[in-house]
Amino acid sequence: MKGRLTINRRRVINYLRKYWSLYVMLSIPIAYFIIFRYIPMTYIQIAFKRYSIVQSPWEMPWAGDNGFEYFIKAFRNLDFLYALRNTLLLNFLDLIMGFPAPIILALLLNELAFPRFKRLTQSVAYLPHFLSWIIIAGLAKQLFAPTSGLINIFLNRLGFQSIPFLNDPTHWVFTYVFLGIWRNVGWNTIIYLAALTNINPELYEASAIDGANRWQNIWYITLPGLRPTIFTLLILSLGNILSSEFDRPYALSNPLVNSVSNVISIFVYRYGIRGLQFSLTTAVGLFQSVVCVIFLVAANALAKRFGERGIW
Amino acid sequence: MVKSKRTKAGDLAIAFVCVLLILVCLLPMLNVLARSLSSTEYIIRNEVLLWPKGWNVEAYRLVLSDSKYTWSLAWTAILTVICVAVSMTMTILCAYPLIYRDLKGRRFFNTMILFTMYFSAGTIPHYLLYKDLGLLNHPLVLIIPNSLSVFYMIIMRTFFYSIPDSLRESAEIDGAGPVRILFSIYLPLSKPVLATLSLFYAVGRWNGFSDALMYMNDRRYHPIQLLLYNILNAVTSIEIQTQEGFASAPGISDTIQAATVMFATVPILIVYPWLQKYFISGATLGALKD
Repeated sequence: MKGRLTINRRRVINYLRKYWSLYVMLSIPIAYFIIFRYIPMTYIQIAFKRYSIVQSPWEMPWAGDNGFEYFIKAFRNLDFLYALRNTLLLNFLDLIMGFPAPIILALLLNELAFPRFKRLTQSVAYLPHFLSWIIIAGLAKQLFAPTSGLINIFLNRLGFQSIPFLNDPTHWVFTYVFLGIWRNVGWNTIIYLAALTNINPELYEASAIDGANRWQNIWYITLPGLRPTIFTLLILSLGNILSSEFDRPYALSNPLVNSVSNVISIFVYRYGIRGLQFSLTTAVGLFQSVVCVIFLVAANALAKRFGERGIW
Repeated sequence: MVKSKRTKAGDLAIAFVCVLLILVCLLPMLNVLARSLSSTEYIIRNEVLLWPKGWNVEAYRLVLSDSKYTWSLAWTAILTVICVAVSMTMTILCAYPLIYRDLKGRRFFNTMILFTMYFSAGTIPHYLLYKDLGLLNHPLVLIIPNSLSVFYMIIMRTFFYSIPDSLRESAEIDGAGPVRILFSIYLPLSKPVLATLSLFYAVGRWNGFSDALMYMNDRRYHPIQLLLYNILNAVTSIEIQTQEGFASAPGISDTIQAATVMFATVPILIVYPWLQKYFISGATLGALKD
């Protein structure tokens, strides 16, 4: 009995002697995650309580309606309902137009017969990803200006009327989606191009012997090869359907299009950080996070039912 | 013979689409560059397209003589360097211990870290925490709270995994501890991923502004993007007025706006070609599932 204990203890001591430095290293990032990711979660209870500046979240009094007062208030708030609609609308358009774009571009690049030109195209197409939304908004404001912008100058010279790309709600929505594609389409091809290199080249050799043309190759070999990647990214995109970026709508919006550009993140910024309505905006944030998790889990389950690998 | 000819036509069509893509990516930047270097009268007459007319560097001189602007540029550069150093240290400290498969508690730490990728408390709880910690309006709020990205940590860990275990084991037999192994084996072999992630963190900080907008009221510590936003929006309100019928001359502000945009873009355009060969391999690593 005593002998086994000493062996165990010796094993523990040896283990610690070997690995103590790893725990010291890890303690710093773990402390980071606890302080900056997990402690904020304890502040979520503010969503169910009346915020008070002098009390800690644990001491604040519960809100009315069994604690759901602020959730009810949010859903009676027109600004929030518009923000919810706009978030869903913009994310939905991003999904149906922005999601296929990199797949198509990756297929194009894959079919491109000139390797040096392919590398040049890639280099240039990745570049917009490194520009901030403020810079892109600056470029867009110059390019799409109603009278002096390059695009409208061309339209006018061709005899067309100017298009208010950024100053009319309907046009703004499509400019917003287009600029999103412009920034990310090249960058998002990287993951697909990486997946393409994993396709067995013998498949193409066999199809060449069978006399398959380009379209048949794409349809029967390339796209099936991309299938797992497409599904993984689709799950993640569906999980993000109610998440809202801040930088992009904030940088691109202007007073003329507030009716479509105010998304949830901007609502939280205006009502919470500027308006100090902390309980209401914490409730909105919690609603958003929970819906995101639900969508992610549901999309993952659905993908697995269709025989895909899923993300976990 | 006929078949190869048809393939060639297809190849040319694809190449043509790619040329269009290149133009769509580059023309906006060329147009703004041309405007920033043109004189006002040509801009008002809508004659500046892709090449500057009436060479004029006045806008750049004005921007550079504005101490608010040069300070912001310098501050953002300092901030970016500090952020990259802090973030890379944190990322290495997090990724390296987790590659030891026999580390006790590894599963727990992995789950704890991954969970934060899928569920976040939201903006306001973070804001209130910074308030309680005294970080609001303190320069550290722009450095610490987002110093570690789980996604980049996974990229680094995946790269570390690709280094053969036998290398580590033979160093262990020679009596080297984990710290020594990190510095003498893992870091020297990881230069591509270190360069890639440094670039990603640097671009993120250089381009970021929402944290400063929300948590930093002191304008001295505002990064360049936020200053740029204020300049651009001062101009927009004038433009909207003209569109709605008020008289105004946007000429001068137009070139200044263009010059400001170019100033914030140029640092990225300069580092981009140098680091390009690294970041493609880095981004591909992120695609691999652990």
